[in-house]
Amino acid sequence: MNDMTPTRAEREARLEGMGCKRKRVEDVRFTQGKGNYVDDIKLPGMLHGDFVRSQFGHARIKKIDASKALALPGVLAVITAEELKPLGLHWMPTLAGDVQAVLADGKVCFQNQEIAFVVAENRYITDDALQLIEVEYEELPVIVDPFKSMAPDAPVLRPDLDGKTTGAHGARKHHNHIFEWSVGDKAATDEAFAQAEITVNHLISYHRTHPSPLETCQAIASFDKVKGELTVYGTFQAPHVIRTVASLLSKIPEHKIHVVSPDIGGGFGNKVGAYSGYICAIVASIVTGRPVKWVEDRMENLSTTSFARDYHMTAELAATRDGRVTGLRVHVLADHGAFDACADPSKWPAGFFNIVTGSYDFPVAHLSVDGVYTNKAPGGVAYRCSFRVTEAAYCIERSMDILAQKLGMDPADLRMKNFIRREQFPYQSALGWEYDSGDYHLALQKAMDTVGYRQLRAEQAAKREAFKRGETRDLMGIGVSFFTEIVGAGPSKNCDILGVAMFDSAEIRIHPTGSIIARMGSKSQGQGHETTWAQIIATELGIPADDIMIEEGNTDTAPYGLGTYGSRSTPVAGAAIAMAARKIKNKAQMIAAHLLEVSEYDLEWDIDGFRVKGNPERAKTMKEIAWAAYNAPPPGLEPGLEAVNYYDPPNMTYPFGAYICVMDIDVDTGVAKIRRFYALDDCGTRINPMIIEGQVHGGLTEAFAIAMGQEIKYDEIGNVMGASFMDFFLPTAVETPHWETDFTVTPSPHHPIGAKGVGESPNVGGVPAFSNAVNDAFGFLGSTHIQMPHDAWRLWEAARRLGV
Amino acid sequence: MSETQTLPITVTVNGSKVQRFVEPRTLLVHFLREDLGLTGTHIGCDTSHCGACTVEIDGESIKSCTTFAVQANGSSITTVEGLANADGTLHALQEGFRQMHGLQCGFCTPGMLMRAKVLLTENPDPSEEEIRFGIAGNLCRCTGYQNIVKAIQFAAARLNGRTFQEAAE
Amino acid sequence: MIPGPFTYHRPASIEEAVGLLVSLGEESRPLAGGQSLIPMMKLRMATPEHLVDLGGVAGLKGIDVEPGGIRIGAAVTQAQVIGSALIADRLPILRDAALQIADPQVRTRGTIGGNVANGDPGNDMPAVMQCLGASYVLAGPSGERSVAARDFYLGPYFTLLEPGELLVAVRIPLPSAGHGQAYEKLKRKIGDYATAAAAVILSATAGRIATASIALTNVAPTPLLAEEAARLVVGTSLDAATLKAASAAAKAIADPAADGRGTAEYRREMAGVMVARALVKAFGRVKGA
Repeated sequence: MNDMTPTRAEREARLEGMGCKRKRVEDVRFTQGKGNYVDDIKLPGMLHGDFVRSQFGHARIKKIDASKALALPGVLAVITAEELKPLGLHWMPTLAGDVQAVLADGKVCFQNQEIAFVVAENRYITDDALQLIEVEYEELPVIVDPFKSMAPDAPVLRPDLDGKTTGAHGARKHHNHIFEWSVGDKAATDEAFAQAEITVNHLISYHRTHPSPLETCQAIASFDKVKGELTVYGTFQAPHVIRTVASLLSKIPEHKIHVVSPDIGGGFGNKVGAYSGYICAIVASIVTGRPVKWVEDRMENLSTTSFARDYHMTAELAATRDGRVTGLRVHVLADHGAFDACADPSKWPAGFFNIVTGSYDFPVAHLSVDGVYTNKAPGGVAYRCSFRVTEAAYCIERSMDILAQKLGMDPADLRMKNFIRREQFPYQSALGWEYDSGDYHLALQKAMDTVGYRQLRAEQAAKREAFKRGETRDLMGIGVSFFTEIVGAGPSKNCDILGVAMFDSAEIRIHPTGSIIARMGSKSQGQGHETTWAQIIATELGIPADDIMIEEGNTDTAPYGLGTYGSRSTPVAGAAIAMAARKIKNKAQMIAAHLLEVSEYDLEWDIDGFRVKGNPERAKTMKEIAWAAYNAPPPGLEPGLEAVNYYDPPNMTYPFGAYICVMDIDVDTGVAKIRRFYALDDCGTRINPMIIEGQVHGGLTEAFAIAMGQEIKYDEIGNVMGASFMDFFLPTAVETPHWETDFTVTPSPHHPIGAKGVGESPNVGGVPAFSNAVNDAFGFLGSTHIQMPHDAWRLWEAARRLGV
Repeated sequence: MSETQTLPITVTVNGSKVQRFVEPRTLLVHFLREDLGLTGTHIGCDTSHCGACTVEIDGESIKSCTTFAVQANGSSITTVEGLANADGTLHALQEGFRQMHGLQCGFCTPGMLMRAKVLLTENPDPSEEEIRFGIAGNLCRCTGYQNIVKAIQFAAARLNGRTFQEAAE
Repeated sequence: MIPGPFTYHRPASIEEAVGLLVSLGEESRPLAGGQSLIPMMKLRMATPEHLVDLGGVAGLKGIDVEPGGIRIGAAVTQAQVIGSALIADRLPILRDAALQIADPQVRTRGTIGGNVANGDPGNDMPAVMQCLGASYVLAGPSGERSVAARDFYLGPYFTLLEPGELLVAVRIPLPSAGHGQAYEKLKRKIGDYATAAAAVILSATAGRIATASIALTNVAPTPLLAEEAARLVVGTSLDAATLKAASAAAKAIADPAADGRGTAEYRREMAGVMVARALVKAFGRVKGA
């Protein structure tokens, strides 16, 4: 060795592989305005389409008069359900096994429902034409409260389902009922409650909100009549699924459909589903023979595509007097809006809500969920969470606090007492999951030690006395939340979307000069896949991340995948990447053995190549191997160095974390001020700590917004209220608290690199931390549970109810 | 309305003089994106709350979705495409956003950068609080702002000839 | 969201602008910063056929001292108000209020004239102007007239401004040195209108309030001058009972609507809280009392 030979540490650093805070490659284009989002794409001859939408929450459509619009110069078409009928496209299947009107078929079921699609030369003329379309309505009685949905005399919201006593998920009990889903041992659970020394029972509502990425949903469809080919650019979190669904619906062969997701300006679950805008853009392109662009505006986004939550959870805990939980019983009333367009794996009508046993070792549990229709927008997407996991975490974490209060126990102590212990993993939960790994006691203890939990409690006790003496008008609240996520859908044996199994994929090609192009079935919307996927490959294959190009979103070139949502990319696509890399590595080892004239078994991997065991001077770098793979492969071995892997995970992964929030609430105005927020996340192996921290910051900010005021609200006649950024609470930098992040590392035993996924954890754990802090602040005044959102006026009302 | 009115406007965009005819109702953001092909400036909310459309006009930051192109007649506009230094190197803010992980999906980033640029001319050495207040017209859904604040501090330090020292957590 | 079509006019003088507004009639609207009007047009809630852009009109700019007060041109932006040393020194309440309007970019274009003239009860400056006893200079076909801010507002988007008239300036009497001023605004987030807000200016001698003026934002169809509340604090040293009484008097005249910011009852209560807090802050700022 001479002085120029890099040390092992230098060689490793050069790779910028897993564990390093690699700067993002995406940023180079994004910071120069060179991102390529859907609305940036301009095709020759492109038209612009937009919707006429319903004024009413529930009404029969008596007449649509488009004559004035059609007479406006520049207007090419006005499409209504009548035009879609001959194509069989006036209704579309939803991901949840229901159907949804693409354009209103005789009646509207929610305000702003799509009625007609206007296509014109540009968006200005389209907007003018929208004003000229006259729709005559006959108003119908409206249901906005899910608790009134199944009243005997409730109006029939879905006449298309009239008389159907079974739906996609079994029996329907009422004309506005969608499904009942139950899991767990009911008899044993009822018995636990019958025997319980102490029980609590509360209705815990998680209000309706919306993911609201900064870029709305958009698409451009371009149909080439001569070739019979359809190209669709769109804000698709799952482009391959869109291709398959488009083929099934349009009968265009799948190989003649090219779906491309370019850069996506945030998704958070909003861009998983299939929307009327996509279908109408496609139909309009077929009809006009020209490309058609559809771009939602913000009001349309907030009021039509994909709400989240609207879960009303009645949760009961049975426990011993000393705080050992003996049973959990939960019933959920789920408001799905006018169509069940929930974006869950198809067999899971309530998603993975049965993670509601949380981080605790409950001997028995039972859960039942009733889904109902109301006159609200359809959706039910996983807004920055795995399917219905935020709702579940909120439910159990509020319930544990309610129980702690009744027991007179510290909420952290109650959690410690009931945690699944480290040695119990893999752990079978009472509601059917096998948790992969965890060390909950360690995580919560670290969180408590870091924030000085006991001192905070002492300070709070003193402040409460001062409040009682009238010396302060502030209430101090400490919110503890401990969550376990379930992410990485997958396993195909129990997860599919409309029959498409939920695996994911990666294809890696090493070029002769040792650089790489790799493509995945996942699709980044800001998560930084181009950066982190390269880091996995760099570590696995010893090629510097900078020499690796990651490409996603083009269904012509990427292997089939199910896309990015539910924190599934790292658990599934991330695993596929590692597995594909290992296939390459196996072949590389054969080539290296040939080049070094030794047996494969005499070689060992060393950072960026293979070396002969006991003789490290004799080595071949991956770069040298790549050249040989193409130009001098061993006899009998096919040339080239590439691999594809389709990864069907054996299990989900179970990230977890401990969050602590400290807030002060001014009872005179109801304004809550976050004093401190500490988030400890355990997402297993950490691929890029910088990106993990960024994901946690973002998820906590969304959790803060949701807990403290972000809401999609309807008035009693079905008008959607405040669907703009004036009213819909997206905090600015001023309102957003400072975040402290921390971690422990408990790798997933079944994942090739031990990673679990993190993007959604902070939303899952964050919301209960804020809400528990609010409730903790008021608890000593006799309050048990205050419903979210905790905006100022509601907290002021809570204070007043409590007589302060 | 009878005949659609079109008006000539002359603006300097990223240093180049541009003359076009526009309909008076043409929003500046559409003029930049559609007529000039400068798609770095984005549209996020339509109601002047999100700031994704922020550009610099005559040294001030404005929301181009709430400005008519005709109102910009005669002015000098800088968009994110014109942010880099004259020698082609990245502006300190562009560097700061990358170094401090001040962006994720990238959709708010151009508006955030253009607002930050003017903020740093108004206040070359802002405190964290001043930065947060100064970028409050720009919404970000991904980052939680904490790293954007650091990115702007990084740029302020560099523009002031210092090295940014990250505050210890 | 695209504005409807309109014809654009760009006058160079006040006379020309007024002439256009008169001749074009009710379907014309003046365009100042456009930060309220353009969003309304994009929502097609405003569909003027003619816009008269004031951007090129001479005589609408400038913050000038004049005998007894200062004159702020209608086209002066909120950002210019914030940046004015004169205002920071003599009318800090204007700066405080301007800083709480919208966000930096909107303040760069949004004007004082637009904020006080369009009659939106959510706007902050009208109550501040009422508090300060300001008057508005209105130019019309038959010349200029002056209207007190306290008389100007009749209802939401309904003011004493006649068709064809243009608000060209705001005149504010300068309070003598030593006055305490404060604007307290409760809002959900940056960019929001007030849940409730209160403007206070007062003077004191020997620890007791000598004069006081109080006005309220966004708790009624118009800004409100809280005369009774002001009367109650004069002569006191702002003890707890006085604060409570002043709050109660302010709440008594508030008539807010329920909206996303809260119930009517909450917003009325917040009017009282903001008055109390603004009073305390203003009293604390009195110099040489």
